[in-house]
Amino acid sequence: MDSPRQMRPAGESEVRWRRRVIARRRAWDWLFGLVGVLALVLAASVFAALFSEMLVAGFRHLSWDFLTSFPSRRPADAGILSAWVGTTLVMLVTACVAVPLGIGAGIYLEEYAPRNLLTDIIEINVTNLAGVPSIIYGLLALGLFVYQFGLGQSIASAGLTLALLILPVVIVATREAIRTIPQHIREGAHACGATKWQVVAHHVIPYSLPGILTGVIIGLARAIGETAPIITIGALTFIAFLPPSPFSDPHRLISFDWLMAPFSVMPIQMFNWLSRPEEAFQQNAAAAGLVLVGMTLSMNALAIWIRYRFRKTIKW
Amino acid sequence: MNGIPWKEAAAQPAAVGPAPWRATPPGRWRRALGEAAIEGLLFLAALVSVATTLAIVAILVWESIVFFRSVPLIDFLTDTQWTPLFDDAHFGIIALLSGTLTTTLVALVVAIPLGTILAIYLSEFAGYRVREFAKPFLELLGGIPTIIYGYFALLFVTPMLQKLYPELPGFNMLSAGLVMGIMIVPYVSSLSEDAMRGVPMDMREASYAVGATRLQTALFVVTPAALSGIASSYILGISRAVGETMVVAIAAGMQPKLTFNPTEPAATITAYIVQVALGDLPHGSIGYQTIFAAGLTLMLITLLFNILGHLLRKRFREVY
Repeated sequence: MDSPRQMRPAGESEVRWRRRVIARRRAWDWLFGLVGVLALVLAASVFAALFSEMLVAGFRHLSWDFLTSFPSRRPADAGILSAWVGTTLVMLVTACVAVPLGIGAGIYLEEYAPRNLLTDIIEINVTNLAGVPSIIYGLLALGLFVYQFGLGQSIASAGLTLALLILPVVIVATREAIRTIPQHIREGAHACGATKWQVVAHHVIPYSLPGILTGVIIGLARAIGETAPIITIGALTFIAFLPPSPFSDPHRLISFDWLMAPFSVMPIQMFNWLSRPEEAFQQNAAAAGLVLVGMTLSMNALAIWIRYRFRKTIKW
Repeated sequence: MNGIPWKEAAAQPAAVGPAPWRATPPGRWRRALGEAAIEGLLFLAALVSVATTLAIVAILVWESIVFFRSVPLIDFLTDTQWTPLFDDAHFGIIALLSGTLTTTLVALVVAIPLGTILAIYLSEFAGYRVREFAKPFLELLGGIPTIIYGYFALLFVTPMLQKLYPELPGFNMLSAGLVMGIMIVPYVSSLSEDAMRGVPMDMREASYAVGATRLQTALFVVTPAALSGIASSYILGISRAVGETMVVAIAAGMQPKLTFNPTEPAATITAYIVQVALGDLPHGSIGYQTIFAAGLTLMLITLLFNILGHLLRKRFREVY
């Protein structure tokens, strides 16, 4: 950049000089535009490299057998059945815990909370929790769920851990969604005699649902890919069986034994294969990675789509 | 009917009995009770987050106290080796901190310039269409699981770097740091961009009116005005990099070593925790307690950056 107090060289006319300075500044402008485009292209090419590297290494292994086989010592036979079943079950627990708690906390903070010290503490706390590294949640779970509560290295431990991890995401999304609802909607409902909870249940929640849903999906997509906390609670990496089916117990309609079962999840399975020296296992890791990326990207894309769609249709 | 309808309606005698809009006492009680119960439940949900924080602090401090009973704090802070599982055990956290610091610095060298350029470009230069495409794309990039980035660092970036520097070891902090930097670009750019877009249009218009170009406006008007938000995006990026686990655990090797040379393998605090968790350490052993002491250190570092970010935001806050 040239300094604004630059002197005009002797022997150059005022007009010519000004034109030259303007042209140079325009050139800088253009140059930065180019740098910006290049930065975008760089980000896109990293993305492309990441994808193509995994596709090339893992695509041959992607097959129906890969999805329906257990992990094995022979890389060619190994599959991700126990991993994706584990991921699904853990996500079920996570969603069942994080969704009601997160939405409840968000509603409380936006609609009910009085302006006092405790509310401030809760708000600051939620912000700070969002910045806590995920592995710290793993340590919390190791000390609390695994040993204090005696849940062991089970699906329940992992689900609860990830639920706490994504709680701030759900709370913040809920609050932001609720904040976009204009005050006159609430006033109108109150004027018709609705109680506070009726206002919330009949108006606030339905209108903020797309925003909340976006937050929940993004949170779950993040939880699916989380590896560190699950490793920290000591989840086994070689699981060649499925948790007991909820319908296996003849004495009960639905049994919850699967909650306490040992498990594996997609990222753990991938990490396990990645840490082996044989190249064949690393190709398995690439295939598992493709499935994992497919899961998270489609969830994220769904969330982005919901947000764009409803941003365009809702007009107050 | 030639009168005004609502006046005729008003002329009717009032209904006899209790006013219909006032609920009978038992119904009102029940409703008030239900409302209070719901508010209580929602309040409890909000308290879960506070309980989580308290539990994190309690667990980390509790196990660390047990740890520091057998390992003096002074050794923990001054020893230059970290070999807790060897017979000749050393507990020098500096050996892990050096790894964390080095990978974080490498990541920031990538993420801060790239993130800032992208933020300025998207907020001040890019047209509507580019932005509508680029923002979700960057978000998607930020949503990729970290283990995928770890795979990318180990099996793509490291071999590529080895073609440039053949003597680079298979595990090194350089490739882990570079990939981590790419990984946190979306966080830095999207937060910075939000801050820049929050700057009122009048300020840009005033700048254009006195003859400034787009770039001059972006650098000398918008960026200073959005500095508090930009600074907090950097802080967020730093705490992401410090707490990042899988990329460094996979690509940087897991040998704790006091070095600031990014081309060497080394362990970070997070990688050490993973390494111990992968093994089979009995509950209550000294090895088990070391990961809580390491976790407490990590937590204190992130807390430090959070406080720093808070102060920066206050210091640079511009009020329009």
